[in-house]
Amino acid sequence: MTTESRPKETPEDGRTPAALAVPAPDPFDQDDLPTPPGATASLLRSLLAPMRARVGLVVLLLLLQQAAIQAGPLLVAYAIDQGVPAVREGRWGPLVAVGAGYLGCALAGGLLQYAFLTRSAVVSQDVLLDLRGRIFRHGQALSLDFHERYTSGRLISRATTDVESLRELLDEGLQELVTVLVSFVYIGGMLLWLDLGIGSVAVLSFVPLYLLIRLYQRRVGRVYARRSTAIARVIVKFTETVNGIRPVRAFRREEANDAEFAELNRTHERSNGDALLEMARYVVGSRLVANTAVAGMVLWGAWRVADGALALGVLAAAVLYVRRLYDPIDRMAMFLNAYQSAAASLEKIAGLLAQRPAVPEPETPVALPAPTGAGPGRTVEFAGVSFGYRTGGEVLPRFDLTIPAGQTVAVVGSTGAGKSTLAKLLARFYDPSAGQVLLDGVDLRTLATPDLRRGVVMVTQEAFLFSGTVAENIAIGRPDATRAEVEAAARAIGAHAFIAELPDGYDTDVRKRGGRISAGQRQLVGFARALLADPAVLILDEATSSLDIPGERAVQQALATVLRGRTAVVIAHRLSTVAIADRVLVMADGRIAEDGTPEELIAGTGEFAGLHRAWRESMAG
Amino acid sequence: MSDSPSHPETAPDTPPDRPEPSAVRTLLRLWPYVRPVRARLFTAVVVAIAASCVGLVIPLVLKWIVDGPVAGGDPGGVWLGALLLLGIGVAEAVLFGFRRWLVARPLAGVEARLRGDLFAHVQRLPVAFHDRWASGQLLSRGTTDLMMLRMFLAFPLTFLVVNGATIVVGMAVLLAQEWTLGLVLLLPVLPLIAVCSLFESRYARVARRAQDQAGDLTTVVEESVLGIRIIKGFGRHRSQARAFGEQSRQLRTTELAKARLLASIWAVIVILPELALGGALVLGVVQVADGALSAGTLVAFLTTALALRWPVESIGFLLAMCQEAATATRRYFEVIDTARESVGPDALPGAAPGGDPDGPADGLRFADVVFRFPDAAPDSPPVLDGIDLHVRSGETMALVGATGSGKTALTALVPRLHEVTAGRITLDGEDITALPRAELRSRVALAFEEPTLFSASVGENVLMGADGGAGEAELRRALEVAQAGFVDRLPDGTATEVGEQGLSLSGGQRQRLALARAVVGAPRFLVMDDPLSALDVHTEALVEEALRRVLKGTTALVVAHRPSTVLLADRVALLSGGRIAAVGTHQELLRENAEYAWLMSGADAPPGTGGPGPAELAKGTSR
Repeated sequence: MTTESRPKETPEDGRTPAALAVPAPDPFDQDDLPTPPGATASLLRSLLAPMRARVGLVVLLLLLQQAAIQAGPLLVAYAIDQGVPAVREGRWGPLVAVGAGYLGCALAGGLLQYAFLTRSAVVSQDVLLDLRGRIFRHGQALSLDFHERYTSGRLISRATTDVESLRELLDEGLQELVTVLVSFVYIGGMLLWLDLGIGSVAVLSFVPLYLLIRLYQRRVGRVYARRSTAIARVIVKFTETVNGIRPVRAFRREEANDAEFAELNRTHERSNGDALLEMARYVVGSRLVANTAVAGMVLWGAWRVADGALALGVLAAAVLYVRRLYDPIDRMAMFLNAYQSAAASLEKIAGLLAQRPAVPEPETPVALPAPTGAGPGRTVEFAGVSFGYRTGGEVLPRFDLTIPAGQTVAVVGSTGAGKSTLAKLLARFYDPSAGQVLLDGVDLRTLATPDLRRGVVMVTQEAFLFSGTVAENIAIGRPDATRAEVEAAARAIGAHAFIAELPDGYDTDVRKRGGRISAGQRQLVGFARALLADPAVLILDEATSSLDIPGERAVQQALATVLRGRTAVVIAHRLSTVAIADRVLVMADGRIAEDGTPEELIAGTGEFAGLHRAWRESMAG
Repeated sequence: MSDSPSHPETAPDTPPDRPEPSAVRTLLRLWPYVRPVRARLFTAVVVAIAASCVGLVIPLVLKWIVDGPVAGGDPGGVWLGALLLLGIGVAEAVLFGFRRWLVARPLAGVEARLRGDLFAHVQRLPVAFHDRWASGQLLSRGTTDLMMLRMFLAFPLTFLVVNGATIVVGMAVLLAQEWTLGLVLLLPVLPLIAVCSLFESRYARVARRAQDQAGDLTTVVEESVLGIRIIKGFGRHRSQARAFGEQSRQLRTTELAKARLLASIWAVIVILPELALGGALVLGVVQVADGALSAGTLVAFLTTALALRWPVESIGFLLAMCQEAATATRRYFEVIDTARESVGPDALPGAAPGGDPDGPADGLRFADVVFRFPDAAPDSPPVLDGIDLHVRSGETMALVGATGSGKTALTALVPRLHEVTAGRITLDGEDITALPRAELRSRVALAFEEPTLFSASVGENVLMGADGGAGEAELRRALEVAQAGFVDRLPDGTATEVGEQGLSLSGGQRQRLALARAVVGAPRFLVMDDPLSALDVHTEALVEEALRRVLKGTTALVVAHRPSTVLLADRVALLSGGRIAAVGTHQELLRENAEYAWLMSGADAPPGTGGPGPAELAKGTSR
């Protein structure tokens, strides 16, 4: 009987390099970041390099294990050719030797197998740990510009499914490959040693097998590319539906979705079946070659035993070896599957890791001088700054602005006027394409991250909560803060009341039962976070959009105290924010259209005066 | 699993203490999906058994060649034997290929059907279910778990049968050849079974722990991507990386424990049969030396025994795979077993007491509506506690309330995204539970505070709001109302692809498209949850002006935070302490209701409240 195959298949992600050849208008749309030539190989090298010694050990263990396992037939040959006559002559020595040898080989084979499996698991887990860490850290280091274009799902699948397919390769595939190669070499060598003729036939049979494997690899590669695209579409449709379940329901998309999903699912089913059929063809082909070779070798061997040119024991051993020789050829296909998909995944990962952060950490950071003013605030200066998004869109032409330490500046203007760009440049989410953004005269680009974040903190409209308790979420602002400090920050911003009403107060897990927190409440938590961080410069970008008016006012009252002595830039659609500002900037088309104290502007005839009037009227009802 | 409650990723619906059905019982649940392809699957098993048996014949032919023609020096017999060997080899190859061919398409089909059913089920599960389940958990059930099931049907299932049969047949052949030697080989069977079953239960535990930890790791990745602005804004990527590092090291520890288990079972599975084989060899040599056994028989015996090594070795990991498949099945049916939202109607028309006499133009009515989130404790105070509200036909009603007062929950009740705990809601006198859900939702259009666009063109996204009856003209009109003129500056205009796979739009742009979607079908009833929060003052003013025209003749409920939005409405309802505290025009309420005045202008804190907390405040004034 022959082993058909190890029941392992590869995960559904075997995109071939060929898929990259199609010219794409924007690589981000295609989920294929440009991978520099050789990046995949050098990534793999750099992952394995630190464990060279351990990889060596693992390979050695496998070589020894195979030696122990493959010794069996040799012992059989010895037992038949030497042991039988010896016992007949009453000499038990050779037979005892065979028994001891078999016992030794069995124990060695098993123990070495154990050692090999555990050692290689350590190697592969360490490689994966390293790779996961690299992807994660790199993703975190990449600029917002990148994150805005590379959807979250893709980054997640890089760190999960793509790593997983490398793991398949390391755990299963490489072991398969080494086992296959080692046993080919061992058995081939053994056969040649036992009998040159039979050995030569065995070696010759490798040629058609090799060609067959190449053919399979080429054909299945194409199928995999199709299947990987198909499953990716299925995944996107699935996630999108689940994440948008409310509109799906409200707009009765269920049936239309069923139909669309069925189509995507069918495409995947077809390519999936194609891949399985490819495998079936390979199995037939390789088995035919193998069994023909076996028949040939037996024929020739039998002839020569009949001629007396070959010992019967040698033929028996040779036949046993030949049967083993072809056992692993199906595993070869398994390895190829694992390899194809891991190669595709590694390529995607390498493409991600090759992205250079647009906002890099400085190599030689400059320390921020001690604050010069009375309060903790610092001077902010935009010196000849210009900026344009890579995708086009909002553009800041040459821009100059100085905000003295301790000043609160409100920035107003319509969508697309460049308010948010201003804020993002100040928070160093982006770097300007020309000019400098300076904090107390120091270019933001030369500040180390801890210094930068003690200097500037930005609170945005979307207040994301991490899993964990409410207290932990606030403490993101300052991880070493005490509970009293966390509560003080929450109280200051008017968030204490609702937090106290949650089932476990500050210890309520935001992802668990009863941890339902409304959009406005999330924004309050975001604010408390920022207060706790205690920065020199605070940027608020639409940070109160989901609050009701009293909430907003509570925040503003808190800010009036908190911002004293601090530098603040407040961006708002709502003019109510202006109340706490020392200065108002009206932006239009990336330029400052009006600049002055609120009183000056309200009294004037500019756009702001008009807006303010309209706003007062709406508030009055 | 007993250790699951400590893992946030574990399915929230699984009661931790319920004893789990056995792996076999669990796997049997797949039968309805396998049934349609059962003929091919069973044929494939039979073919695989045949192929394996053919494989077992090969040593017998070798024996015949060695003992017969070779020993007898008969060249013709050698030729015959070799030809026989070749024929058997060809048969074996063809049979194995045939087995794979038989199951390839059917099993891909089973996987696809399972996935299609999961998708159809998931999108019809109650919204409350989705509130509790992370999307990643559902997705992993729809992808990796199903792949595992397909693999299970293709390999472990078949090969447990095939290898089991091969072992039995092989042992029979061995015993028939030489029963003493055969018995020696049977010796390790019992210890092997014992070790395997011990291993099986341990492995299942560790495997589930690894799955859960991998899920936790995914959550950290997901959150670190979704919360990237906060992490960057506070310079917290190092602590985030530390958390990630810690979790991935935990996973590594579990994976290594899993590897050790697997390695031990492998070692046992390699050693025991090999020892028996060694014993049989020594015994066999003695017998051959005694002349009790022919050399050819010993060769054939050992060849057969060696051929059985693989089936025996494979049992260990086949069982491991069955365990994993059972876990996958369990995870799959965890979702499938959750009841779908009913299609409706859930009540007889007019069966509700006090059916409305006002006839078809009654508008939207809430009668003593109580609502508590389904996952909240039954004794917790309800979010909404006795809502009575009448939005007259054609009227626009603004809904105002403090942050966290339950406004969003109230709007979700109308299209039955959440179900009322008590009380009832009527549309033109008809109880919403007496309408089929599809009918209800086609009557009520919604705009959500967090606008979601799907991977489709801008035009398709907007037209989702209409029942296929709307065309280019309606699309244009809706875009105009929503002031979504930016659409024409997109690369392909209304044909531009947006959503996860397309162009990413700003929050304000998405909100305007969601608004256009709500109004495109000219709905009778419109429910909007703070639909203008992300718009700047200019755009908001323009949208409001256009909306005012649309709202004429539409019965609308609009959640509002700002006076500007309130001004869209004919009347305003104040939600406070879970009840409608006051209804009136904006001016009336401003004059007469202190809480409202405070909410809308913040000018004066209402009497009797010292602290600034809106929640405390709501409590102080509601009763």
